[in-house]
Amino acid sequence: MNQPIMWYASRATGLIALVLFTTSVVFGVLESGRFSGARWPRFAIAAVHRNVSLLSVAFLAVHIGTSIIDPFAGIGWLDAIVPFGSIYHPFWLGLGAVATDLTVAIVVTSLLRPKVRLRLWKAVHWTSYACWPLAVIHGIGTGPADFQLGWVVAVNIACVVAVVIALGWRVGVSHPDTEARARASGRRPV
Amino acid sequence: MTRPASGPRLLAGWAETRQVADSAAHVDRYGPLPVLGAELIGMVRAAGLLGRGGAWFPTGAKLAAVAAGRRTPVVVANGAEGEPASDKDKALLTVAPHLVVDGMVLAAVAIGADEAILCVHRGSAVRAAIAQRHGDPVAIRLVEMPARFVASEESALVNFLNTGEARPTETPPRPYERGVRGRPTLVDNVETLANVALIGRYGADWFRTAGTPEAPGTMLVTVGGVAVRPGVREIPLGTTLSAALGYQRQVVHSPAVMAGAPPQDRIDWNSGGPREPADERSNSGGGNGAADSVGAVFGHGVTEPVSAVLVGGFGGNWLPLPAAADLPLTPGALAAAGGALGVGMLLALPARACGLAETARILRYLAGESAMQCGPCMFGLAAIVDDVEGLTYGRPTVERLRYRLGMVGGRGACAHPDGAVRLAASALTVFADDVRAHASGRPCAGARMAPVIRVPASGMGLGWR
Amino acid sequence: MALTRQPAPEPLLRVNPIACHAHGLCAELLPELIDLDEWGYPILADGVRGAVPAPLVDQARAAVSACPTLALRLQYPKRI
Repeated sequence: MNQPIMWYASRATGLIALVLFTTSVVFGVLESGRFSGARWPRFAIAAVHRNVSLLSVAFLAVHIGTSIIDPFAGIGWLDAIVPFGSIYHPFWLGLGAVATDLTVAIVVTSLLRPKVRLRLWKAVHWTSYACWPLAVIHGIGTGPADFQLGWVVAVNIACVVAVVIALGWRVGVSHPDTEARARASGRRPV
Repeated sequence: MTRPASGPRLLAGWAETRQVADSAAHVDRYGPLPVLGAELIGMVRAAGLLGRGGAWFPTGAKLAAVAAGRRTPVVVANGAEGEPASDKDKALLTVAPHLVVDGMVLAAVAIGADEAILCVHRGSAVRAAIAQRHGDPVAIRLVEMPARFVASEESALVNFLNTGEARPTETPPRPYERGVRGRPTLVDNVETLANVALIGRYGADWFRTAGTPEAPGTMLVTVGGVAVRPGVREIPLGTTLSAALGYQRQVVHSPAVMAGAPPQDRIDWNSGGPREPADERSNSGGGNGAADSVGAVFGHGVTEPVSAVLVGGFGGNWLPLPAAADLPLTPGALAAAGGALGVGMLLALPARACGLAETARILRYLAGESAMQCGPCMFGLAAIVDDVEGLTYGRPTVERLRYRLGMVGGRGACAHPDGAVRLAASALTVFADDVRAHASGRPCAGARMAPVIRVPASGMGLGWR
Repeated sequence: MALTRQPAPEPLLRVNPIACHAHGLCAELLPELIDLDEWGYPILADGVRGAVPAPLVDQARAAVSACPTLALRLQYPKRI
C-alpha cells in the first residue's frame, strides 16, 4: 500500500464525513422543529436527512477502512469500535470509536424503525446530540497537524456554527400539539 | 326463592325497607348465590340483557367473546361512573352492593375468570359490603379510581389497572381481546352485573317480563333538572319519556294536583294496565340533591314548564318536550330519533332557561375533561365551545360550528369527542328557534340567567392518576 | 372446477389518533386520500381510516414510512 495515500484518504474522508454528518444533524434539527418552506415540504427535509445520513455512513466506513489499512499509525480494526485501546492518540481516536458505536446504533434502529419501539428509537436518536460533538473533538484531537491549515479550521468552524444556529432556531419554536400534550402530562414541552 | 313480582328489581330491597342491604338481608331476599357455570352465558343471551353502561351492547355476546379468548379472563365491574349528573351506579352500590358482587362472581365463574375487580371512586362505601362476603369462588378486588369523565371509559379503566393512568387507549384491541395484563377482560357496568345476578337466579323468561322484546328489563335513571323529585329511579325499558320524568302535560303547581295525577301518566310495570294504588306505599323519600334521594319512586312531575330534556348524559342529546313526550326509552327508539339512550339520565330543562347557554356550559366541561391525547378532541372541542359560547352571546358562528361538528366526530381514540358533537348538534336542532334569534344578534334573556343544570368545574390539570 | 381469482381486497389506511402529532407528511405524500383539518390533523375517508385503491398503494406505503411517529398504518384484510 502506498503509505501517504491511505493516510491522506483517511483524513480527507474524515473531514468530508464530518461535513456530511453536520448536514445530517442540521436537517434532523429542522425536522424536529417541523421546518417547512415553499420549496421544502416536510417530506423533502426528511428525505435529505435520511439520504445525507446514509452517505455520511458510507464516508465514515471509508474513513475507518483507510485508517486501518494504512500501516503508519498502527490502528487495528478493533480500535474502530472499542475505544481508547489504540496506539495512536488513544483518547482522541477513542472518541471517534464511541461516535462510531453511537452512529451504528442510530442507523440500525432507524433502518428497522417500524419494528423498533418508538421510545427506544427516540432515545437512541437523541444520542446524536452527543455523537456529533464527539466527532468534531475527535477530528481536532487526532490531527493537530491538519489544524495548521486555515481551510481545515474554517470548515470545522463552519460546521459548528451551522449546528449552533440550527439549535438556536430549534429551541425557539414550538407546536401547539407538543404544548398541549406536555401541559396535560404536567411536563415541560421539548 | 320467590321471584319478585312486578315492580322494582334492583332497588326492590330499598323500596321496601329503605335500608342498605347487608349480606344477610341480601341472602334473605334473593337467596344464596346460585351455582352456575358457563350455562349462565346462554341464560344472559336468551334474556337479551343489554349493557347498562351507555353502549347497550348485548351482554351475552360480550360474555361469549371474552370466554372464547385463549388466556384466563378477568372480570372488571365498572362502578366508577364519570358522568357528573348520573348517580345510578353510586345508588346501586350503596343500597344493593351484593347484587353487583353476585353478578361479578357469576360472570367470572361462567367465563372461567380467576379475578373480579370492582372499580369505584375514592371513598366509596362499598368496601364494607365486600368485607362481609365469604366463600365466593373468585377473588374480589376493590380498586379506587380518579373521578375524571373519561376514566370510566372501557379502555381507560383497563389502562388504569395496567399502568395507573386512567386515559383511553387506542382500540383495537378492545379489552375483551386484550385487557388487564394482556388477558381477555370483561368490562361491564355494575347495573348490568346486578341484572346478571337476577337472571342467574330467576331465569331469562322472568327477565323478559319487564321492558320490551328488543330491550328487556329495567333501567336505573337519574332524574334531575327541574324535576319535583330528583333522584334515581328504576323504570321498565320502553317507558315513555314523559312517564319516566313524571311529566304531565299541564303545568304542575300544588301537591294536591300532583296527588291527583291521572293513572295513564304513571308507569306500569307489566306493560298492561295502570299501577295498583298499593304500590304507592313505598313512595316516600325524595330529597333535594340527586345524590341524596334514592327510590323506586315515580315522580309526580316537574316544577315548571319544560322545553327539553337532556337524555343519556352530558355527552347525550336533547329531546324536545312536548314533541318527544311519547318517545319510549329504549336504545332502538332513541337511535331512530337520531339520538342515543346512553347512560340512564333525564335532566329537565325549564322553558325559561336558554338551552344554548346550558349546552355551552356542559360543552366547556366536556372540553376540559378531554384526555388530551388526540388532536381533533384537544383542539376541536375547545373550538366548538368557543363557537357555541359565541352563539350564546349573539355572534353568528353557526356555519363554522356546523362545519366543525361534521369534522371532529369519529376521529378520536374514544367516543368522548363524539358525545360533545352529539350534544351540540342536538342543541342546534332542538333549540333551532333560539339559534336563529341568537345568530341574528338577539340573544335571549336565558343566557344571562344562573345555570339550571349543575355542571361541575372540569378537572383540567388534575391528571388521571 | 375452474379456479377464479378474487380481486384483492383494498388495504385499509388507519391513523392512531393518540400517536398522531400533526406532522402532516402523510398529507403531503398522499393528498388524494388524506386531508388536514384546521389544526393539522389528518382526515381520511372514514375519519381515521380509509380504503386505498390499488394504484395508490405504493404512495400509501411511502406515507406510512414517512410518519415521524408511526401513527399511520396500512392494514391488509385477510383474504378468505
